[in-house]
Amino acid sequence: MKELFLILVGSVLVNNFVLARFLGICPFLGVSKKLKTACGMGLAVIFVMGLSSVVTDVIYDTILLPHDLLFLKTVVFILVIASLVQLVELVLQKLSPGLHQALGIYLPLITTNCAILGVALINIIKNYNFIKSLVFGIGAGVGFTIALIIMAGIRERLELADIPGPLKGIAITLIVAGLLSMAFMGFSGLVKL
Amino acid sequence: MSLWREFNKGIVNENPIFRLVLGMCPTLAVTTVAINGLGMGLATTFVLICSNVAISCLRNVIPPRIRIPIFIVVIASFVTVVDLVMAAFFYQLHKVLGLFIPLIVVNCIIMARAEAFASRNGVFVSLIDGLGMGVGFTISLTILGSIREILSNGTIFGINLFGPAYQPVLMMLLPPGAFIVLGLLMFGINKLTSKQSTAKQ
Repeated sequence: MKELFLILVGSVLVNNFVLARFLGICPFLGVSKKLKTACGMGLAVIFVMGLSSVVTDVIYDTILLPHDLLFLKTVVFILVIASLVQLVELVLQKLSPGLHQALGIYLPLITTNCAILGVALINIIKNYNFIKSLVFGIGAGVGFTIALIIMAGIRERLELADIPGPLKGIAITLIVAGLLSMAFMGFSGLVKL
Repeated sequence: MSLWREFNKGIVNENPIFRLVLGMCPTLAVTTVAINGLGMGLATTFVLICSNVAISCLRNVIPPRIRIPIFIVVIASFVTVVDLVMAAFFYQLHKVLGLFIPLIVVNCIIMARAEAFASRNGVFVSLIDGLGMGVGFTISLTILGSIREILSNGTIFGINLFGPAYQPVLMMLLPPGAFIVLGLLMFGINKLTSKQSTAKQ
């Protein structure tokens, strides 16, 4: 139990996926203009990340490892994630149209979010079992969402600020992300993994 | 002439990092030293060229409705090739780049070129397009890596520049440094290009 908690804190704060591991930068820069869209994207990512880390873990343990097919892991994982996203979209559409409406447009975008594949690969590198993979996947998603929401809040304010012309847009966003990342480094040493 | 333009656009006008802002994850993550940036750039270039050529060859056979999964499989196969080759011949670099080699699959540049260019154009032009984009990506990564290496260690490609008196800026090695250096580089490039365009007017 203690170890699971450490994995959770570690993936949310200490090794934050966006600000310390540099995974999922594209959606972080792309969907952080409005707070509302950032929340939607974040929820979708937590959901898919938790699910995909469990599914890839099971596939790795039951198919790839016993049959000595480790070299296929990149191909298999990306296909699993892509089809999982499709499946989630179909299921949500049938079972919970409200949630589908909220997450709808973000789901297809998630396939190319490198954080999802990153979680699956880190789970293997760290040799996490089923339950640890689930915790790590959800923690990573929550960490991504926190970073995204903070960024969106700051960018909404930045819209009103008087920024020199060439710094506008992506340049100032990157510098803000750098400062955020510096703040998150304050969490290092919180847990030892 | 037009081939030269296809090649050149990836380096200057449509530079994947500084203009299109694609493929940011490896850009920020691996550029702690110049050589890592160069290695990552070359690996990505190889995948980009191969996938562009393969998809361009297959463009008339691929059914349009399932083209995205097919692109992903083609790209993932070449990434696996690069991963295994690097593990065999450049083990040190492979260990440093680690996670980010399999993650070339989800690098947006490769998918973007497959979708926007290779699936609509001839084989040779697609090859040139992939080469241009790859070179642009490699140059950007090497520049970023060089700046961070000079600031954080006083060296470039491992060659000492300032002698023992240099006080390294450790922050440039850490994640915040990557964001800030790239942000300032973007600022500089925007400034230069805006000056150029006003001078032209």
